[in-house]
Amino acid sequence: MQQTYRYPEYAYRQSDEQASGRAQRHRVVVVGAGPVGLSAALDLASRGVRSVVLDDNNTVSVGSRAICFAKRPLEIWDRLGCAMQMVDKGVVWKVGKVFFRDEPVYSFDLLPETGHKMPAMINLQQYYLEQYLVDACERSGLIELRWKHKVIGLQQAAGHVALSVETPDGVFATQADWLIACDGANSDVRTMVGAAFTGQVFQDRFLIADVVMKADFPPERWFWFDPPFHRGQSVLLHKQCDNVWRIDFQLGAQADPAEERKPENVVPRIRAMLGPEVGFDLEWVSIYQFACRRIDRFRYGRVLFAGDAAHQVSPFGARGANSGVQDTDNLAWKLALVLQDAAPEALLDSYHDERALAADDNILNSTRATDFISPKNRASLVYRDAVLDLAKTEPFGRALVNSGRLSMPTPYPDSPLNTADESPFDGGIRPGGNCADAPIERDGKPAWFLEQIGGGFTVLVFGQATSGAARAAGAANEALTVGKATPALLTAGKDFSDSEGLLARRYGARPGTTYLIRPDQYVAARWRGFDAGKVRAALARSLSVGGH
Amino acid sequence: MTLIRTPNISDPDGFYKELMDSQRELGENEAALMNAKLVLLLANHIGDRAALSEAIAAAAGTAA
Repeated sequence: MQQTYRYPEYAYRQSDEQASGRAQRHRVVVVGAGPVGLSAALDLASRGVRSVVLDDNNTVSVGSRAICFAKRPLEIWDRLGCAMQMVDKGVVWKVGKVFFRDEPVYSFDLLPETGHKMPAMINLQQYYLEQYLVDACERSGLIELRWKHKVIGLQQAAGHVALSVETPDGVFATQADWLIACDGANSDVRTMVGAAFTGQVFQDRFLIADVVMKADFPPERWFWFDPPFHRGQSVLLHKQCDNVWRIDFQLGAQADPAEERKPENVVPRIRAMLGPEVGFDLEWVSIYQFACRRIDRFRYGRVLFAGDAAHQVSPFGARGANSGVQDTDNLAWKLALVLQDAAPEALLDSYHDERALAADDNILNSTRATDFISPKNRASLVYRDAVLDLAKTEPFGRALVNSGRLSMPTPYPDSPLNTADESPFDGGIRPGGNCADAPIERDGKPAWFLEQIGGGFTVLVFGQATSGAARAAGAANEALTVGKATPALLTAGKDFSDSEGLLARRYGARPGTTYLIRPDQYVAARWRGFDAGKVRAALARSLSVGGH
Repeated sequence: MTLIRTPNISDPDGFYKELMDSQRELGENEAALMNAKLVLLLANHIGDRAALSEAIAAAAGTAA
């Protein structure tokens, strides 16, 4: 098995601190070099913060595992400089089709709108994604990747975290100002801090098989309920790169994982699905069960949890890795500002407020999809089949079909970092929502709006010839400064051209409309005119700076 | 809108007969499927979430 990919082996090196026996104090230690941990390190590096990444293994994800990466995480990775490689290698798709028994029910389009740099969704094997992230970490100069380093002990001390780490050379001690735990669903760090991790465990077993074939399926997501080739269960088909296809078979709660994993049992299932004439090779097989659960608090003192270590979801909707990367997107700028004395530690509490809300949203959506796909009793099954039958002819039925609501960014409408609209705002993006992309022109060349923001805070002002915009252009950036945080001023019509008018439409903008945008490309506040005092007050609130 | 719980069908006997006739020839599974479709069609027609919640609670016997 596994003919299309050769796993890299990253070299273990003994660190100076282990060789010398003198513990060093690191700014940030990240535990776990999966998609979430590597993204955390890259995001911190993009904000000038050094980190050390510890991983108990020395290669990338074994098996394709998470394969669907959504637009928002791709926008984050684009900010970190590695998304185009993923998009170029991955399979871009936006159409999903649903089948019931032997008939098509309906199809959907994820991104009916053009004018975004990133596609709605790509499929890419997790090992490629991790390999690209490791390459980016190695290029950064601010990230030390330490392979074969397993955290075996953790203590919170005054102002730092003390760690015991095991390597092939034995155990050594190290310290960190802050620790980000990205060590997965079975997080040891979570156990070490004594955090609760509760929720619902599902009994159904699923078989995932990657097969290599030269097949004539289009790059779409196909989902079957109760198909003739796998009666009473569901099947999901996805195309990946290198002619690898992911097939996901629901097996039910009674299935024997050891038996089902055997090629002599897997192959007939696939042959029944593809037909006798299609040749294929098995690439990778895995049997899994899943759970939907969340950690009680995302922050334990100087330990911050992200990704599966903080929340687990069912796979329907691709909300696992996609939401994990949005955790670190939310966390990295806050931690960087705290480390740079530009914001108080209280800012980190908003990480829990915002991302626990997102985790609950993802768990809610993925639990609902699971209940639709795998009905818990006969009555649920009858309703499920009724919905699928109706969906063939009735538009309202299609809205009820739930084969996974695909990952979308969760807004934070009630975040303590938001400043509420002072007057009703027609359209646009509300405080707590993520910024929409749009095509623009900068220096006479086509570019994208999201490429212009995300370093620090940005004040975006629309329009040229109005008094508000003129005041904005004339305002010295110092007038907007809060402590050590100075936002960049970006004026549409001056610094760049909203060439197709899409930006103004997506932001509900009129001349003078002003947005305060956070470093993670979320809207903090907005006004119909520019006022430096109001911008400064909103910035202070977004930094959790006193009195707000 | 709250759920209408007083008589609201102009021809109660005729409606009831039409409903019974529609299932007279059906087996148990087919009738269950048809009933589910009927509930879904009517629920969509009503649309009002508060009324639907009230109807679910009334049918389940958990209404206040």
